[in-house]
Amino acid sequence: MQINRLPVGGRIERDKPVYFSFDGRTMLGYQGDTLASALLANGVRIVGRSFKYGRPRGIVAAGAEEPNAIVQLGQGASSVPNLRATQVEIYSGLQAYSVSGWPSVNVDLMAVTDWFARFMPPGFYYKTFMWPKRFWMSYEHLIRKAAGLGWAPDGKDPDVYDKMNQHCDVLVVGAGPAGIQAARSASRAGARVILADEQAEMGGSLLATTTELNGAPAYQWLEHALAELRSNERVTLLPRSTVFGYYDHNFLGIIERRSDHLGLTNATGARQRLHRVRAKQVVLASGAIERPIVFANNDVPGVMLASALGTYLNRYGVVPGKRLVLFTCNDGAYQTAVDWHKAGQQVVCIVDSRKDASGDAVAAATSLGIDVIKGHALIEAVGRARVKAVKIAPINADATAVIGGLRNIPCDVVASSGGWSPVVHLSSHSGAKPVWSEQVLGFVPGASAAVLSTGSSKGVFDLRACLQDGVQIGLEAVQAAGIAVDGIDLPACPDLVEPVAQVQQALFLAPHKKPTSRAPKQFVDYQLDVTAASIELAAREGYRSVEHTKRYTAMGFGTDQGKLGNINGLAILANALGQSIAETGTTVFRPSYTPSTYGAIAGRDVGELLDPVRCTAVHRWHEEHGAEWENVGQWKRPWYFPQPGEAMQDAVNRECLAVRNSVGILDASTLGKIDIQGPDAAEFITRVYTNSYLKLPPGKCRYGVMLHEDGMIFDDGVTACLGENHYLMFTTTGGAAGVLSWLELWQQTEWPELQVYFTSVTDHWSTATVTGPNARRVLEKLCTDIDFSRQAFEFMDWREGTVAGLKARVFRISFTGELSYEVNVPAHYGRYMWEQLIAAGEEFGITPYGTEAMHVLRAEKGFIIVGQDTDGSMTPQDMNMDWVVGKNKAFSFLGKRSLARSDTARANRKQLVGLKTHYPNTVIPEGSQIVNNPNEPIPMLMQGHVTSSYFSAALGHSIALAVVKGGLQRLGETVYCPQADGEMIKADIVSSVFYDPEGDRHNV
Amino acid sequence: MLLIYCPYCEETRDEDEFSYQGEAHITRPLEPENLSDTEWGDYLFFRTNPRGLHHEMWQHTVGCRKYFNMTRHTVSYEILETYRIGEQATVAPASADSATAEGAC
Repeated sequence: MQINRLPVGGRIERDKPVYFSFDGRTMLGYQGDTLASALLANGVRIVGRSFKYGRPRGIVAAGAEEPNAIVQLGQGASSVPNLRATQVEIYSGLQAYSVSGWPSVNVDLMAVTDWFARFMPPGFYYKTFMWPKRFWMSYEHLIRKAAGLGWAPDGKDPDVYDKMNQHCDVLVVGAGPAGIQAARSASRAGARVILADEQAEMGGSLLATTTELNGAPAYQWLEHALAELRSNERVTLLPRSTVFGYYDHNFLGIIERRSDHLGLTNATGARQRLHRVRAKQVVLASGAIERPIVFANNDVPGVMLASALGTYLNRYGVVPGKRLVLFTCNDGAYQTAVDWHKAGQQVVCIVDSRKDASGDAVAAATSLGIDVIKGHALIEAVGRARVKAVKIAPINADATAVIGGLRNIPCDVVASSGGWSPVVHLSSHSGAKPVWSEQVLGFVPGASAAVLSTGSSKGVFDLRACLQDGVQIGLEAVQAAGIAVDGIDLPACPDLVEPVAQVQQALFLAPHKKPTSRAPKQFVDYQLDVTAASIELAAREGYRSVEHTKRYTAMGFGTDQGKLGNINGLAILANALGQSIAETGTTVFRPSYTPSTYGAIAGRDVGELLDPVRCTAVHRWHEEHGAEWENVGQWKRPWYFPQPGEAMQDAVNRECLAVRNSVGILDASTLGKIDIQGPDAAEFITRVYTNSYLKLPPGKCRYGVMLHEDGMIFDDGVTACLGENHYLMFTTTGGAAGVLSWLELWQQTEWPELQVYFTSVTDHWSTATVTGPNARRVLEKLCTDIDFSRQAFEFMDWREGTVAGLKARVFRISFTGELSYEVNVPAHYGRYMWEQLIAAGEEFGITPYGTEAMHVLRAEKGFIIVGQDTDGSMTPQDMNMDWVVGKNKAFSFLGKRSLARSDTARANRKQLVGLKTHYPNTVIPEGSQIVNNPNEPIPMLMQGHVTSSYFSAALGHSIALAVVKGGLQRLGETVYCPQADGEMIKADIVSSVFYDPEGDRHNV
Repeated sequence: MLLIYCPYCEETRDEDEFSYQGEAHITRPLEPENLSDTEWGDYLFFRTNPRGLHHEMWQHTVGCRKYFNMTRHTVSYEILETYRIGEQATVAPASADSATAEGAC
């Protein structure tokens, strides 16, 4: 039953009934209703329970500032938490749930905390719940449940979101009267304009006003103005679009809710779209939020903002009560009482804090027979689940003290207005500090070169002034965007009759007969149950900074970010500190303006599209042969190739033994490859590697280690001389991009005189490593124009030739310790070459192997992997690789000087050694810490850690590489690796080369 | 997100295309071996961290891949100029005044 719906009026479509449910109860509303207006129409009073005290709470506002009516929509994976019922359009089948109140809003176990309220002062959570620490987890669980923070969807988001990059001359935020006028004048100058508004319908305050424009209802003018904008193809209108953040250099984020209002079943396409807008000029017309006046028990359901009551009445035809008491300190709120009266409802009285209230507004109300009680304050509301009466009292001229007896006035709805706070959030995001204006009695946008504000968002509240200011600011915006405005036909301002407003009184907290600390609770922040008393207490406890008070009392910490209560809280703090609001200042506003859906920010960059996947030319073959994958950066590399029934270790053992005993083949295409050319190429390479390339002749390769200037290893690889002034540098798979930038950095900034050029050719080549005692035989079957004999094609040589009919470069380099050839062909021939090698190797049992076997094979040889055995704090000497450091190079290569720094040169640095466990099958977990004495008391002295650890099938026992303090001097000593479960793994320090220490096997 | 003018491409592009590369005008000593550990450590590790104008180096990573310099205000994020490697800033470095520039915390 829509018991509170008027028979006529409002902008709802009464011929389109909409059934929806709230907390499981089915109700009827109309197309055009918000969830809040429909709930009020159905007589729903309580929509939530308060955070700390469990008090029943009702709808207070009609917009983004709503603190109480926080709902969860839908169930399961598509569920959305923390939406404001005032901003949710109803649709058929909508299911909404209140997020606070446990177990339900009408029966709330938490209400018991209200009785113990005096034991719950501000800072309560710090003071109590943080101790004892181990209880915090269980407290937190309870708090979340009790506080109404909603619940996370229980599955992967099934909806689609997308993003769009937009550019415009002028972005206008907010389509109220000022914003529409700004968009009109900017667009008439030919500017590309985006006009965004968070509501379904554009028009802002015009949608709820009874003021006539040009002698007709305001929506007629509105329709005309919007039609003009719609017909201009250079104007983009974005309704249902929240500008949630204003970032650097006029970059703004807008989330457009494209189908949320249709419900899941009717939705097609993207649910929400993130517009990433770069605007030449921004006009903020984001409006203002009415401030409630704080009084005792001001949270009782039925106590609302005056403007919200007017909006529900005029826009939705909803009257959430019959007998109204309006409490105000300004003229603006009178209109709500007048409208209420004209709608046939009773206005019990208007309580005006101003003793001398006597303007047009007062006259208009009085002429309707409305009782205006001046020089009084509403000091307390009576009722618990709904307001039943109010207590009013005469107050002194500056509204700081009650000066007479109380009167009890029965009523069932209360509206209050303490004036309006401009929405300065976006301006504040952009870096402009809000400034307190005594005239506006609010913070207005701070001066900023980049941002223009118009209308009530800068403190202009008269409708006529807003309409005029919008035109002017729109004009300034296009000029600032560099567009000529000569001779443009500016939009006219409609005629309207507006009462002359009398000056408002600064009133934030209504005085009570009792001091604040003893009066019934006077709520400042509804969502987090912050009271006037708790702010005063914070001030007494020494919290002078507004940022500290915010954190201590939790004021403004809710999902509403204190849109409703913060200014009142600042005023109360300022008063308690005996200083002005300007001196007190405001907290910093940060994005998002209202909560944003992560889905919209992620857009399509989820799942497979989160990050590019790089595949080699042989990828499909690996897939067809059952490869398990390892991600190396963005590359997919075969990890191992399990045969039916094989566990990972079985497969790795088989792959390793094949390489040691016959021949294996590895797809090494992912290694970074940089083509380096130029007359100074050798000099340049010699400066960035530890060893020299000046005398490296064509046909030869050399392994090098690259250091940062601090002397620490950051990449390694082989560089081949391809010809005169032409080199090919191999980098690690993960380091390729970083190495290229590093080379460019030095060439461009320090040594521009060196003529050298770099080209990334990683993707241009497919590389197959053929390795094992039979590798030569395999290659000889496919290639006749290269002499593979030991003498003609030595270790660390490379040759150009024809392999399987393909032009190829063959490098005789080895990462396994076996006889190895790396065959490179143009990438598109990769799979063909691979299959030819497999076919040629069949008679030798050629075995494809993956990265795991590659790791085991190289660890058996003590070859390091940069980033695994090194961590950015390891020098070549630490890695026992002093042999790779050129001692007689003319140029002080990058990192050289650092190798002589006292800390780098000291003796007991962590050094690379091998570890051999006393139990051959025990593989020490990688990352294990190393200690000398297993019986040492905790904290034990850490000696180092294990960097690589495997089972070696070739050796028949486990092997590990580790870095140990002074390790190279400690060969033969025994150390221990304590494990989380208390086990102590005993191991001997040995050489890091476990297999074929003489290097005979590759030298055949 | 910053809008950055690449002095080589001579176009204003989105920050997405660039990467920050640290303080500008750090010159590598010509003879590192002649420096004390302290002097070398200064070159390696010590950087200014001004509240105000800062000269910094960027790379147009997914554009022309050129390194260039920028004078940027570290509070307002205003970019006062970008200029090529080898050129000098025309906007003066951070002074005592800019150190107290107002800004958000």
